[in-house]
Amino acid sequence: MELTLWTYEGPPHVGAMRIATSMKGVHYVLHAPQGDTYADLLFTMIERRDSRPPVTYTTFQARDLGGDTAELVKSAVRDAYERFKPDAMLVGESCTAELIQDQPGSLAMGMSLPIPIVPLELPAYSKKENWGASETFYHLVRTLLLPLAPPAGSPPRESVVTVTARENRRPRCNLLGGTALGFRNRDDVREITRLLQDIGVDVHVCAPLNATVKDLQSMPQADFNVVLYPEVAETTARWLQKTFGQPTVRTVPIGVLATREFVEEVGKVAGVDVSALLDRERAGSAQVDASRSLLPWYSRSVDSTYLTGKRVFVFGDATHVMAAARMAKDELGFTVVGIGTYSREYARPIRDLAAALGVEALISDDYLAVEQRVTELAPELVLGTQMERHIAKRLGVPCAVISAPIHVQDVPARHSPQMGFEGANVIFDTWVHPLMMGLEEHLLHMFKDDFEFADGATPSHLHASPAATAGDRPARGETLGGQRQTPFTARAAIELEAPEAASAVGFAEEEDEMDAVAAVAVAPTVTSWLAPAEAELKKIPFFVRGKVRRNTEKYAHENGIAEISVDTLYDAKAHYGR
Amino acid sequence: MSAVMELPVIRERGQREVFCGLTGIVWLHRKMQDAFFLVVGSRTCAHLVQSAAGVMIFAEPRFATAILSERDLAGLADANEELDRCVKQLLDRRPDISTLFLVGSCPSEVIKLDLQRAAERLNEQLMPRVRILNYSGSGIETTFTQGEDACLRSMVPHLPESTSATAELMVVGTIADVVEDQFSRIFSQLGVGPVHFFPPRMARELPPVGPNTKLLLAQPFLGETARALIARGATLLSSPYPFGVNGTTAWLKAAADVWGVDEARFTQVTAAPAERARVALARLRPWLNGKRVFFFPDSQLEIPLARFLYEECGAELVEVGTPYLDKLMIAAELDRLPATAQISEGQDVEKQLDRCRAARPDLTVCGLGLANPLEAEGLRTKWSIELVFSPVHGYEQAGDLAELFARPLDRAQRLAV
Repeated sequence: MELTLWTYEGPPHVGAMRIATSMKGVHYVLHAPQGDTYADLLFTMIERRDSRPPVTYTTFQARDLGGDTAELVKSAVRDAYERFKPDAMLVGESCTAELIQDQPGSLAMGMSLPIPIVPLELPAYSKKENWGASETFYHLVRTLLLPLAPPAGSPPRESVVTVTARENRRPRCNLLGGTALGFRNRDDVREITRLLQDIGVDVHVCAPLNATVKDLQSMPQADFNVVLYPEVAETTARWLQKTFGQPTVRTVPIGVLATREFVEEVGKVAGVDVSALLDRERAGSAQVDASRSLLPWYSRSVDSTYLTGKRVFVFGDATHVMAAARMAKDELGFTVVGIGTYSREYARPIRDLAAALGVEALISDDYLAVEQRVTELAPELVLGTQMERHIAKRLGVPCAVISAPIHVQDVPARHSPQMGFEGANVIFDTWVHPLMMGLEEHLLHMFKDDFEFADGATPSHLHASPAATAGDRPARGETLGGQRQTPFTARAAIELEAPEAASAVGFAEEEDEMDAVAAVAVAPTVTSWLAPAEAELKKIPFFVRGKVRRNTEKYAHENGIAEISVDTLYDAKAHYGR
Repeated sequence: MSAVMELPVIRERGQREVFCGLTGIVWLHRKMQDAFFLVVGSRTCAHLVQSAAGVMIFAEPRFATAILSERDLAGLADANEELDRCVKQLLDRRPDISTLFLVGSCPSEVIKLDLQRAAERLNEQLMPRVRILNYSGSGIETTFTQGEDACLRSMVPHLPESTSATAELMVVGTIADVVEDQFSRIFSQLGVGPVHFFPPRMARELPPVGPNTKLLLAQPFLGETARALIARGATLLSSPYPFGVNGTTAWLKAAADVWGVDEARFTQVTAAPAERARVALARLRPWLNGKRVFFFPDSQLEIPLARFLYEECGAELVEVGTPYLDKLMIAAELDRLPATAQISEGQDVEKQLDRCRAARPDLTVCGLGLANPLEAEGLRTKWSIELVFSPVHGYEQAGDLAELFARPLDRAQRLAV
């Protein structure tokens, strides 16, 4: 058993639903108890789709368990086929159905329906959503394309240049990995399709997003594959490469530098000249030119100088974390103080990247472990998922979302890619927005006791309700930092005598929650703070205060100082820098 | 109750597009702020609860899932030890919790994990600091609001025995705090009391129950809770539910009669708020008068709400679907529905959608899985979950309740795009 406050991924059958819902003409019969239809809402509400997901649930109840649940599966398959007349059908189980073992996949295979049936084996107690999506996509593609595979011993595929020259056409590729409920997949696909067009490459099939069964069957006619989201498409791309000899482009084009590399890789694989586009994107001029990414100039402009060395923590799926860490370091000038991912399949590349950045990687799907790490590192900005927004709220740290899991606000109406040159523009705005603006930050440094621009208050360009800033319990003030959120915590503290209670995270009696938490994290080494030093610490702006406190305590510990004075504070500052 | 027998009810089985009882956690955690809900289930359960509630950003989550792993299923790990470890970990992080609910799910029930005994065992270790209770919110056992029924039912054995020699009123079912206060005021003006609300705002402050307890149900989905309270000696006051003017008046009257409140006093206390409610309803009635309404099953609130729309807003009822028809709970409501309303219990969602499409109602009350797709087909919808999340009971909310139904129609008229 694993205590889970928030889960980064859904169960694997939700991944399978994402594949079915992404496509047209694919139906999914899911053996599942009543109530599992909640997953429809992910698509109709979070993604605001205007039709029901192509999923038929058996929705068995307790009274069915005594009877023939296998018959329930068969009638669901039959009814779904009759009603929806799909071109292919997925059949699988949810976690509860897995326990009663009706083998729905084999049952459906035995019903001799005149369409391809893909039985799904998705172990719900060991695997998760992205794995489910990847497996489903792979098995669907494999089922549809295996009959078309060239026989063993066939000559190797000709090079893209040879084929396109002979057929006198532009090179074409498949765009793999975009799905329903993927983070900004809709706009990434649009952006990358446009970018490829620009360099003379056509998109043959985009899959699974918006693809039909016929589309999948025509995938071998493309010259190569582009993997946009490895978590979903890597397995499939590898199989296509092995079976049909299609080369794979693997650079994920998130960030200006990565997009340039992506363009170069496509140029090499497709045999097209991409220098014109790269020259345009590399032009070092200070001209604001909307035809190319504005991130390089925005990031160089003096207004961004205060972003230098901002300490960021990055967490999410592996693809977005690797991209974000690189952008944070090389394109925005932040200091990456920690990275991590919940995608265990990509633990190794994340560890390699962490080593290159000189930080420790956190490979975990345990929300509490992530919270612990953020607390210890006390960053000034968290780039993470919807779940890190909870952590950031608790700690009063600015936060931006870079990866799924997401909620409805991250499926916006406006064009909001993460990929390509426009994606870099979107990212610049998104990441900088939650940070306090430069002038406000300076003034806060100088004058701490202003009645309106108070220490630790929400940056004034972000909205907060007046009641919340007055210290009341916020009703829905998502942007609040610092204030204690649970009204009954203090009372419980008095009533309870359990000694460990007083030192539990988020429970210490200090006015600044971030300080409190940071102090607890290093509790064994803390000696004590003299009152003047404590007062001096309060003069440090709140967003770096946690870090300064930790550094000072570490310094005191290492130098055998029992009582921290104002001098210790400044000695530590001189020793470590800010 | 005879009315139920005579009514032609469509009873269907097939795909059900409903929530499981775990969803009740989404509002119960707000009602009882010192309670914590620990689901023992799979990643699907965790995903459900966070998909429903995760749009809110929690500094301190008030629910979590102990996710079963393969080791638990294979019997390699002692499930009880594992559960104890999870509970300890949780309580270390949240020492302010006074009541912890272990919530059963489909997986935990299929593998027959005995949460009842786990709760008893943990209680021995943790009382009086924390009380551990358990109930099932599984989809195979419960539909949506039945999760609240199961939760309250689990608290009933722990209610203190009432020592009162005279009648006490217990209002059962989660209602908005503001509504609770309004009802308190009216009961005190009527001289009805003492009044206890169940569930309480703090889980540690449980109301007493005994032979002199009179039960007034604020929600129609609390059959099991009502039966358990009756078993502890309480008496159920049969009444329609307090939706709209008629429902609220009848509901208050049921209590007033027990306390012997005379007609004049009752009228004196209720006349002004009832008149206010009528004024508020009159403003909204044009939107709903003559409109044809179709209810998909969701919360068991459908029949009382349909009665309100029919009696007080002039709506026509095409079909009123309910996930479960509990005769004890709903008798006083059914009598008031028009004979033209088709009632259905259970669901085969595809067939019901066919009926809905054929009828082309003016307003379809349905869950969020169906709402946007039906809107895209040109049908106006009211998503039903909001009716559980909004203050809709009592006189002062009668207008708000009508407005919830009128708003989609108003919006359709406003939008020019």
